Amino acid sequence: MSALLEVSGVSVSFDGFRALNNLSFSIGQAELRAVIGPNGAGKTTFMDVVTGKTRPDEGRVLWGEPPVSLLGMSESQIATAGVGRKFQRPTVFEDQTVQDNLIMALKKDRSPLAVLFFKPQAPDFARVEELADMIGLDTVLHRKSGELSHGQKQWLEIGMLLAQEPKLLLVDEPAAGMTTAERQKTTQILRDAAKTRAVVVVEHDMDFVRRLDCKVTVLHEGAVLAEGSIDHVTRNAEVIEVYLGR
Amino acid sequence: MTEMTSGRARRIPFVARHPSVLVFIACLGLFTLGVTILSEGFGIGVISTSLVKTLGKTLSLSLVALAMDLVWGYCGILSLGHMAFFGIGGYAIAMWLMYERTRLIVVESLAAGGLPPTPEEISDGIAAQIFGVVGASEFPPIWAFAHALPLQLLAVVLVPGLLALVFGWLAFRSRVTGVYLSILTQAMTLALSLYLFQNDSGLRGNNGLSGLQNLPRLESTSQAVISVWFLWASALALGLGYVLANWMVSGKFGSVLRGIRDDEARVRFLGYRVEAYKLFVFTVSAVMAGIAGAIYYPQAGIINPAELAPIASIYLAVWVAIGGRGRLYGAVIGAAFVSLLSTWFTGGQAPDLQLGPYRIQWVNWWTVLLGLSFVAVTLFAPKGIGGLFDLWSERRHPNRHGQDLGPDHGSLREEEADA
Repeated sequence: MSALLEVSGVSVSFDGFRALNNLSFSIGQAELRAVIGPNGAGKTTFMDVVTGKTRPDEGRVLWGEPPVSLLGMSESQIATAGVGRKFQRPTVFEDQTVQDNLIMALKKDRSPLAVLFFKPQAPDFARVEELADMIGLDTVLHRKSGELSHGQKQWLEIGMLLAQEPKLLLVDEPAAGMTTAERQKTTQILRDAAKTRAVVVVEHDMDFVRRLDCKVTVLHEGAVLAEGSIDHVTRNAEVIEVYLGR
Repeated sequence: MTEMTSGRARRIPFVARHPSVLVFIACLGLFTLGVTILSEGFGIGVISTSLVKTLGKTLSLSLVALAMDLVWGYCGILSLGHMAFFGIGGYAIAMWLMYERTRLIVVESLAAGGLPPTPEEISDGIAAQIFGVVGASEFPPIWAFAHALPLQLLAVVLVPGLLALVFGWLAFRSRVTGVYLSILTQAMTLALSLYLFQNDSGLRGNNGLSGLQNLPRLESTSQAVISVWFLWASALALGLGYVLANWMVSGKFGSVLRGIRDDEARVRFLGYRVEAYKLFVFTVSAVMAGIAGAIYYPQAGIINPAELAPIASIYLAVWVAIGGRGRLYGAVIGAAFVSLLSTWFTGGQAPDLQLGPYRIQWVNWWTVLLGLSFVAVTLFAPKGIGGLFDLWSERRHPNRHGQDLGPDHGSLREEEADA
């Protein structure tokens, strides 16, 4: 199976600080992957590079089959190409209803004129309800998303990502601030999503990562320190030293 | 918990989904009808012609406030140069009005000389009449289309639109936002105003273009009648502008606009080209402002470069803020209320206030009062006058400050989530 995303030799410096140091990473078409690492390991910068927010100093970021470079594409172009991103803080449009949020995210023509004349049809509403059902927000479709709980906002954002029908989902700390029950539901949503697409989860919480039950990439000082199953990496002496054994 | 309603069941006609449009159009219609009945030109003559003109001008100002609300209240672009587009629209129509009226006078006076005048003689005569005041006697190139009303009407729409397109493309493409963008728009209107102040700008410098209230070939029609015509035109333009703006902000397009206002980066990561949206709405808004200006200045009678000064655009932002940005009727109410109040205070009609030894004359103190009200609204009532409507509508937001964000006790509190 060929890789969906292949990042090779990427370095990024901010004012002399090397956020990413010759990082290489690749993920297949339908795969769940957890990325862990201590603060400052470059997890968020890695996502910024893939989504076009940050331009790397060197390296390549190849996407899809046949491979095209994501460097030089704008954020919106990368998003349209099939990369969806969830931020650490839940960022939904709080002034708008859950339904409006989801309709905005649905995979449709995104040019201003097409959007201006867009009228949601029955299939669109059905899709929104299906998504809302998946993320457990079917009863609050017409409430403003600002009124939702923290966990519900996180789910709504994941739902918006799914609505985009991305080939790759980048999820930054989805379980932050969630209760145990909410975490379990989040785990389920992510594992379901990974059946048909690639999902990269950046997470601090080892219990959460363990529950995801997937291949783990450990970042440290902007490079990959170890990669493998959770048991494999937690036995790695270097990993224990820099991260787990603190 | 609200009961669940099916998405499909919510598809109801436009007017029913937007009752505010119907209410607004009804109010506007009744107002126009009322003024017409009370006017000197068409009715019983209770309202003076100058008041009819003031009301017509107020409706045009409401239209430009609507345009401002579209970019600021919905898309988060605080343009402090919107009156430049308004002024350009005014200049475009004023050029034709002045040219045509002068031409008729010149033709008449030359015809009295016996021999039929040549086109050159007519053209020179008009130029001498119009530009004598700035010491020139030839038409500058920008007057090339002034002889044709359709072309100047086209200019009312095209010139503000093109300026907004070019300016917006440069600004939005470089991702200039917030206060920097506001400063840039101020600079734009200031530069334009300073340029127009020059005598060789081709638009008569600080003299401006005048006599605009006299429509060519309609000398025999009294101002009482013309003022009502323009009131109708202002009301029609405002009504159409309101429906258009409401249509733009109500659907998915409006969702994207408000998304850009609230979190631009997030919209980008959803795959929307934020710059294209901003450019689109900025240009539409500039065109609306241009049309408003073209209806306003024939009622005002004169346009000069001071109308494009930065302060005018700041007033516009103040109106929208006081009325309540982010809702269309708020902008209209704010512009109408504040500009009428301003007319009343600065017109010398407001009684002076005796404060001990000091006598407050509103002509001078009105701007102070306006400034204080602006500060007060910003601090204590950010929703403005429009926020009053929330008192009897269902647009109430729960105050969740300090509450648990989640359903369980383990959930984060607000301050943690914001960190």
